[in-house]
Amino acid sequence: MINRLSDPLDFQAQALSLRSERQRLIASNIANADTPGYVARDFDFARALRDATSSQALASGGGAAARANAVLRYGAASQTSLDNNSVDMDRERAAFAENTVKFEATLRFINGSVRTMLDAMKSHNQG
Amino acid sequence: MTTIFDVAGSAVSAQSQRLNVVASNLANADTVAGPDGKAYKARQVVFTTELMGARGALGPEASAGVRVSTVTEDNTPGRRMHDPKNPAADGDGYVTYSNVNAVEEMVNMISASRSYQNNVEVMNTAKTLLLKTLQMGS
Repeated sequence: MINRLSDPLDFQAQALSLRSERQRLIASNIANADTPGYVARDFDFARALRDATSSQALASGGGAAARANAVLRYGAASQTSLDNNSVDMDRERAAFAENTVKFEATLRFINGSVRTMLDAMKSHNQG
Repeated sequence: MTTIFDVAGSAVSAQSQRLNVVASNLANADTVAGPDGKAYKARQVVFTTELMGARGALGPEASAGVRVSTVTEDNTPGRRMHDPKNPAADGDGYVTYSNVNAVEEMVNMISASRSYQNNVEVMNTAKTLLLKTLQMGS
């Protein structure tokens, strides 16, 4: 029975945790914008979330194991540089902003469903 | 998520070290060789990736900070000018100045300052997101 309360939150929790991983990855890319030989990295968010929330991943104790398998991909340089650094600052900044907005969106979804559940638990004469 | 502060913090500190080196180069742009005949040599920092924090679902390689691995000296010969009246002149009347290229240093300075700003913004965004996460469910 308690599953009914926590299941909708589980999906958002996985999404939030993956968003935070991606935020960390992009922050590393931005930090290494001037490091010679550094290769920019990212992962496919949609695929990672699908893997983490698939029924078999949830059956085997949450999506943590599936999340560990999320494949890091290496970004190709949009413009070659002499020091072999493949960080494209424009692309990283855009990805960072996008990820920030979607992180906040996920937070709002969680807050929304928490509020819905609290409202459902309230008795009608409580105001 | 808190590792972001470590990552961006390491980058900010590396960029500020780079700015520091640029400052010493620019300060010494017009120094002349001392009695030993050796003028100031321009210095450059070399960045290298530093993996930090073993935690996180994507493994330790997911968060890569920066540190300054070495500071190299530019060994090109310094500018020489004929100025026999200068007390620092050598036997032939030439004064050796430092080999700092002021234009290069200015470009380096702007690049370092932009990278610094980018990383500060990353930290600010991470802070906002974490504060909002703390208020989750209210």
